[in-house]
Amino acid sequence: MAITSPEKYWWKPADKEEKLWITIALLWCLVLTIMMPLMHVIGTQNPSVNPMKIRPQDYRTVSEAFIEKYKVGEEKGIPIVEPPDGADVYLRAQAWIWTPILKLKKGVNYKFHISSTDLMHGFSLMPLNMNFQIVPGHDNILNMTPTSAGTFHIICNEFCGIGHHTMIGKIIVS
Amino acid sequence: MANGSEFRTCPITGKKVFASTQNLIWINAVTAVVFILIGGIMAFLVGMTRWPAVHLLSADLFYRFLTAHGLNMLVFWIVFFEIAGLYFGSSVLLNSRLAAPKVAWLAYILMLVGAVLVDVMVFTGKATVMFSSYVPLQADPLYYLGIILFAVGALIGCGIFFGTLAIAKAEKTYEGSVPLVTFGLAAAAIIAVFTLACGAIIYIPTLLWSLGLITNLDPAVYRLIFWGFGHSSQQINVTAMVSVWYLLAVLTVGAKPVNEKICRFAFLLYILFIDLASEHHLLTDPTLSPYHKMANTSYFMYLAVLASMIHALAIPMTVEVAQRKKGYTKGLFEWLTKAPWGEPGFPAMIFSLFIFGFIGGITGVVYGTEQLSIKSHNTWALTGHFHGTVVGGTTLAFMGLTYYVIPLIFRRELIGKKLATLQPYIFAIGVILITLGMGGAGTLGSPRRHWDITFADAVIPFSFDPAVLFFTTIAAIGVITAVVGGAMYVGVSVLSVFFGRKMAPNEAKML
Repeated sequence: MAITSPEKYWWKPADKEEKLWITIALLWCLVLTIMMPLMHVIGTQNPSVNPMKIRPQDYRTVSEAFIEKYKVGEEKGIPIVEPPDGADVYLRAQAWIWTPILKLKKGVNYKFHISSTDLMHGFSLMPLNMNFQIVPGHDNILNMTPTSAGTFHIICNEFCGIGHHTMIGKIIVS
Repeated sequence: MANGSEFRTCPITGKKVFASTQNLIWINAVTAVVFILIGGIMAFLVGMTRWPAVHLLSADLFYRFLTAHGLNMLVFWIVFFEIAGLYFGSSVLLNSRLAAPKVAWLAYILMLVGAVLVDVMVFTGKATVMFSSYVPLQADPLYYLGIILFAVGALIGCGIFFGTLAIAKAEKTYEGSVPLVTFGLAAAAIIAVFTLACGAIIYIPTLLWSLGLITNLDPAVYRLIFWGFGHSSQQINVTAMVSVWYLLAVLTVGAKPVNEKICRFAFLLYILFIDLASEHHLLTDPTLSPYHKMANTSYFMYLAVLASMIHALAIPMTVEVAQRKKGYTKGLFEWLTKAPWGEPGFPAMIFSLFIFGFIGGITGVVYGTEQLSIKSHNTWALTGHFHGTVVGGTTLAFMGLTYYVIPLIFRRELIGKKLATLQPYIFAIGVILITLGMGGAGTLGSPRRHWDITFADAVIPFSFDPAVLFFTTIAAIGVITAVVGGAMYVGVSVLSVFFGRKMAPNEAKML
């Protein structure tokens, strides 16, 4: 029994059924082990490969410069920015707003720099449901190409204080 | 009593139960039940707020109570119960006196003071930081101190366990190898030492930071080391839970492990690999290289998965062999249909195995891959995953075990046996609905730790696919069901422990 000491010689070979099960399980684990790196190489949707460190105050400066350079309007006090094709895009998370609202073009590749100037936040692109952890002091660099036109929303899915549930951003793809 | 040498012999198992051990198991287990009661009330309030049809609490109280729910359930309930389990697995199963009972009491007091301190801070709104307490979101220094005290107490508890193993070996209280359950609990205790060390490494600087003594605490480093504590503590639960499955298989059908070597090898795999898998929390983080993350989450994690697959065969196999020996040999499944389904321990074990494996385990492996982590990170699907593992798995197994601990160790007859028998069914149904609801809503993007999924107060309007509401409602029905099941558990165990008929010393009756 599992609550008493086993007999003296318990180091016994496994039965046929046990060996079969363990072999199948091990093979399946090996398939899984290979799948992840394989998808990393042949797949096109991966998390940030080359993240960078950036101080929150420096990130604020570059993201403000980005907004000033390409600003095309404003909605409810939030700047709307339309960067040129292939530009570096800065999306700033802070409690409890995503700045700016972005206007992007379908089929164009953008280099996203997403970081926070205060707490941790969660970038969650709706309705696609793509999620990334946003950490102050670190730049989550992602190459993104919009493949369909429309309005997308960014919700925050990392708890960031009492107003967490009001933190919504917007990306308009045309 | 003074030197802890007074004991009685269990009329069913023939094990020696030392008075000092019995008292310590009693106090730790009873305290665990108090914390599951607090956590359960929070579960109900939080669940009913998350459901837009009710939306019970204010945002402030919701986030406070959600923090409390996480800590009281994930940490206090489970760890107090596990410490009781460690004392049982070492002292009772090995017929040995417990090493240093007074130090074990000190460990208990440290854990209790820590837990109370944390709860006071959380309920007074000074530590609304969630279970993960990610910096730079700051809590009151006393909150971090409470966590540290609790962890130190638990670490001492593990030390008592190892000390008792050494005493049992030196005093030759058993022959040959330790029982499988003790072996499994030893694996859990080894994982616990690593886990608590990670906790100390990260919480001590965080305490100093909250006091203003340290200024630069990198949030990304915090996340890495925190999850060495936060996820590894769940690995302790997994390992302890599997040990409890083997124990329940003995208590309910008298099962004997089919192959000790294989079962022990699987526990060894847990010790070696399960903690490295913690890095899957960082898959979408802008920090470590993808190759580092992949090595940890593919190679190492799947070897721990292999261990779970081995237990997934070994446990039903031991049950089947034991049942067939009793003569239930008709067809393929008579051993299962004629199993003691009317006794709480058996359905608790089977449902725990099923929910842990098929819901918690599979979702865990799926969400732990690099690309699918993008689809699930911080969504409610994650919450569904760990409710499958920790609630449907660990908690349900511990609940089932409680119904045997009360008569065997505390020598009290159960009050409300019918309720106890029904309880695992109701709780399991509740947890299955919770995990499915959370998983469905989360797959559509519903975030975790969120007060208002209708986004009524947001500057930029947004609303989810209506299916999110449907799945949230399923989860809410699950919450109500599981809370009923949880209340039945707390009711039966508290009534029995305090008011159950005291059993005669030689009364050989289990339920």
